[in-house]
Amino acid sequence: MDPEAAKLMGKLIGAGIACIGMGGAGVGVGVIFGNYLSGALRNPAAAASQFSNLIFGFAVTEAMGIFSLVIAFLLLYAV
Amino acid sequence: MAEKPIEPIHQFRITDYFDIGNFGGDGTPGSGIHLAFTNSALFMILTVGLVLAFLVLGSNRRAIVPGRLQLMTEMTYEFVANMVRNTAGHDGMKFLPLVGSLFMFVLIANLFGMFPYFFTVTSHLIVTVMMALIVFLTVVIYGFYKNGPRFLKLFVPSGIPWYIIWLVVPIEILSFLSRPVSHSLRLWGNVLAGHIVLKVFGGMVVALLGAGAWGLVAVLPFGMAVAMTGLEVLVAALQAFVFAVLTCVYLHDAMHPGH
Repeated sequence: MDPEAAKLMGKLIGAGIACIGMGGAGVGVGVIFGNYLSGALRNPAAAASQFSNLIFGFAVTEAMGIFSLVIAFLLLYAV
Repeated sequence: MAEKPIEPIHQFRITDYFDIGNFGGDGTPGSGIHLAFTNSALFMILTVGLVLAFLVLGSNRRAIVPGRLQLMTEMTYEFVANMVRNTAGHDGMKFLPLVGSLFMFVLIANLFGMFPYFFTVTSHLIVTVMMALIVFLTVVIYGFYKNGPRFLKLFVPSGIPWYIIWLVVPIEILSFLSRPVSHSLRLWGNVLAGHIVLKVFGGMVVALLGAGAWGLVAVLPFGMAVAMTGLEVLVAALQAFVFAVLTCVYLHDAMHPGH
């Protein structure tokens, strides 16, 4: 295999592996929204006051998925 | 490898509209500072112009019974003010201009990006990093100005046993330093990924339409592109909100460093 093709293959495989990390972020976001929903159904009166906490937790968790996405983009377009 | 008919990152290319000039450097290409009026600058000016027009036109009549535009402006102001009051506290209200400007700029820039052929300002890391650095430096400078050395209590959570503090403090310092990184990457990554996904589905439609009888299947990615556009409008507004809420949370830390 010539070096250029090997490099391209490594880039594409690496980008694919980097995307596995998004699964963890997906689980985390699911946990946050699921727990918010179950809490909101138990005590609907308190749900609205926790909305910004929900968004904050969502944003912090989602950042991890974005990091792995950034690695994938770097491998695809910048390496 | 097969040729790529549609390059999904082509939409983020910065083009010069007119050159202002090259300053400094030794004449070789790439040296010095190249100043030019680009499509990025144009859309930043359009964004600021729209925000200004919305806020000024909405608030200059100050009618007792507000019209539609004034009502929208007042609702926007109330939304941002409530967000600052709830997340940063009452003494955080002096940062309302900063948070409000960031929120409106990011929101309008993201929504501008949803129009076809429009340039998305926030899809460039340099823009989001600059905004995140403004917030970060505000937090550091104001934190030390307001609390003096007590600002360092931010890194020492209260109620921690003395024998574990040597482990917690480096982690807290690291997490504080990674704030501008995650703050900027979050907005940038969301906008960039959304636009690339839209372009990929659009490319599928074009590829299938050119494939004879398979063109009928093109309805599927087209419907997907329509649905993703709806999702992206939601993400555009949500990320502007998230950016502003995180700014408020960081500013709250600057004012109340003790955990």
